[in-house]
Amino acid sequence: MPVITYISADGAINEIEVGSGSSVMQGAVDNMIDGIVAECGGSCSCATCHCYVDEAWKDKIPAASEMEKDMLECVLEPQPNSRLSCQINVTDDLDGLVVRLPKSQF
Amino acid sequence: MTDSRCVIVGASHAGGQLAVSLRQQGWQGPILVIGEEPYLPYNRPPLSKTFLSGQKHVDDLMIRPHTQYEKVGIEFLLGQSVTSIDREQKKVILAEGDEISYEKLALATGARVRTLDLPGSDLEGMLYLRDISDVEKIRQYIGPGKKAVIVGGGYIGLETAAMLRQLNLEVSILESAERILNRVTAPELSAFYARVHKEEGVCIESSVNITEFAGDTHVSEVRCQDGNTYPADLVIVGIGVIPNIELAEAAGLKTDNGICVDSNCLTNDLDIVAAGDCTSHFNAFYNRHLRLECVQNAMDQAKVAATTLCGKPNQYNALPWFWSDQYDLKLQIAGLSHEYDELVIRGDPESGRKMAAFYYREGKMIAVDAVNSPQEFMIGKQIIARGLTVDKGKLSDPAVAMKSLINISQSGI
Repeated sequence: MPVITYISADGAINEIEVGSGSSVMQGAVDNMIDGIVAECGGSCSCATCHCYVDEAWKDKIPAASEMEKDMLECVLEPQPNSRLSCQINVTDDLDGLVVRLPKSQF
Repeated sequence: MTDSRCVIVGASHAGGQLAVSLRQQGWQGPILVIGEEPYLPYNRPPLSKTFLSGQKHVDDLMIRPHTQYEKVGIEFLLGQSVTSIDREQKKVILAEGDEISYEKLALATGARVRTLDLPGSDLEGMLYLRDISDVEKIRQYIGPGKKAVIVGGGYIGLETAAMLRQLNLEVSILESAERILNRVTAPELSAFYARVHKEEGVCIESSVNITEFAGDTHVSEVRCQDGNTYPADLVIVGIGVIPNIELAEAAGLKTDNGICVDSNCLTNDLDIVAAGDCTSHFNAFYNRHLRLECVQNAMDQAKVAATTLCGKPNQYNALPWFWSDQYDLKLQIAGLSHEYDELVIRGDPESGRKMAAFYYREGKMIAVDAVNSPQEFMIGKQIIARGLTVDKGKLSDPAVAMKSLINISQSGI
């Protein structure tokens, strides 16, 4: 099962097995990582699952939709590597992915 | 508090989140969640969308897998209902007579659908939509070419209509008010949604007074006061919900169209909190008591209730927000638009599939409805929560970027 590393804003590191077919958001929610809020449950509606994808992985993830890009521009402290974690589907190719979580989702 | 048990009545969005938040906040004792449905907490919003269409299955709806709850010691008692609370003895009594004691109790009893009481309301094919089992039933009746009549032009009715059209049913929406979404949005938004639904082939009738559902054993026709009739293979009724407050009421807790809670989600019993659709709270921003029916409120109140139970009270003051997906329209709503006195429209409601409406009261923005306009939603939410003032001329001009209207450097919601 792919292992994803979540690094919280306070530096806490969680390495978590997330099944292929799930999402990076779901992996965090399942494991009670509270830096991801995910109010809308993964329908790209709330932008409360914002994360920063490690530079090494940025180009290995399919590009964001226009809707996601528009929302990302308005989150707190957006960066070029910002993504909504509900929109990143986990595949075996993402084994080892590292994401950093923002200090606030609001 | 090592051995003290927290019992949570209700296993939906609020109940599930409350249990998880209790553990995150350091609750050491046993946690037991009692739910009437046979399922672990699941995402309800997809019920009228991807679960209705069959794209999602029951397992896909679960908010967390059972293994996760087991790992952190959250127990569930499912398919069981609580019939009473003994506040003196601090225990709940189940339908089968079992008694479970609690140190702290959380009520997350949710809401149930408002039902119709007209001739023929109990015919086969008369359906509601709130739970997994409701949608499983609806799915038995649907198929291409079937005729569906939806009673009620609110969000549930419209989302269901959109999905049934996509499944090639013939769909009519009958609304008793003069327009769809009458209770929740401006007439401009109602007109926008009515237009899109008509473009998609849905028949919408407003100001309809239904008198009867006709049929032998199965509903076959909806009859109205004006003499019109609508043939139906199935009827889905979406006319709102009623909060489940009877348990709290019978236990002597204060209720008023919801279980009354303070800003810490405490009821008038200091050992009992409540969260979600079943509660009524005083909202300082809107200066009145509110009972909200949305996932955001369920989750946010659950988190506050959990911190309260762990002795670290936290105030509930989140801005309510909602969403609705229909066809290719993503509607995102922040705030409550009731009693607005001024409306600023951005985009063209009369054509296309993108627009936003900003609601003002006494010069202050109180709500935004944004269709396929995520930046209008995101920025609108900040304007409302932070009490900002923006130039209404620029706000109404889609050529002016939303981001240029405010400074997004500060966290404020």
